[in-house]
Amino acid sequence: MSVDSKGTLVIDVELCKGCELCIAACPPTVLEMSSEVNAMGYRYPVLHEGCTGCTACQLVCPDAVFEVYRLQV
Amino acid sequence: MSVINTQTPPTGPAQKVAEFHTPLILGEHGLCPGCGEPVALRILLETLQELNLVQRTIGVVGHGCYGSFVRIMDIDVLQCLHGRAPACATGIKRMRPDTAVFTLQGDGDMVNEGLQEVIHAAARGENVTCILLNNGVFGDTGGQQTATTVLGQRTKTSLEGRDAEKHGYPIRIADIVASVDGAGYVARGAVNTAREVMRTKRLIRNAFESQLAGEGLSLVEILTMCPTGWFVTAPDGPDYLESSMTAAYPLGVLHSRSAEAN
Repeated sequence: MSVDSKGTLVIDVELCKGCELCIAACPPTVLEMSSEVNAMGYRYPVLHEGCTGCTACQLVCPDAVFEVYRLQV
Repeated sequence: MSVINTQTPPTGPAQKVAEFHTPLILGEHGLCPGCGEPVALRILLETLQELNLVQRTIGVVGHGCYGSFVRIMDIDVLQCLHGRAPACATGIKRMRPDTAVFTLQGDGDMVNEGLQEVIHAAARGENVTCILLNNGVFGDTGGQQTATTVLGQRTKTSLEGRDAEKHGYPIRIADIVASVDGAGYVARGAVNTAREVMRTKRLIRNAFESQLAGEGLSLVEILTMCPTGWFVTAPDGPDYLESSMTAAYPLGVLHSRSAEAN
């Protein structure tokens, strides 16, 4: 079953230090850590369907990895 | 569930609601994963931007991990002696009353090294805003115990946990400053959840408005995570802050001269 996304993210994975604060902060729990690593060797978040564009991930991220968009439908 | 492409902005109609960070941050900081201080820096600079104060703000920075922000903040900054930021800020504000002056200090800087400075600045009623980043450890030097370390907390110099008989009790600096007559606005926030980040941003805004209204010294204590110094993993940092620090340091507005006048 597919879930509609009201928002989406741009994730700058090369800035991520893999602290996973965004995973717990995401209200619809649509962020998950990747199995791959970035150039610094850290795992980074990937987005699944169901983002609401609430900006909680951007607020808690110490490394400014997220840019948040709300989709206009 | 399928993974969504997050490398490029959406192609359809969409509204950008949050940037990576404010343009006042010029590069990457070198702090540990899960640190709360960059979040506090971002909301501080965003507040300055929203109040349109960027061109007339002078920041006074103490010594600690946040010292590395000096090279990435696009505002005028003075880095002064350890703990002496409120004294330097006093001089700047008295010579340049048109500026907005803030100090950025850690708990080791404000409460251990320069405890008298902030209390005297408050007693003199200086119109500066002090931002205290309180994580309960000397992060920059390796995580030793500070005066604000809560009872029972493990640090590099209190491996069995802080014991009141051996190490004494933590100092609640915001409560002390709130009791000084010259203080205009004193509040305590945290950056452990998105909700607290938004609330703390409002507290910082109130503090700068208090400074611009000439009410006296304003202090915002921000509880930040230091997973490295606390011996916890980065994802456990916010929960640890919630369970240990907010119990000892209740969040909220402790003193507001404008609210009391109304």
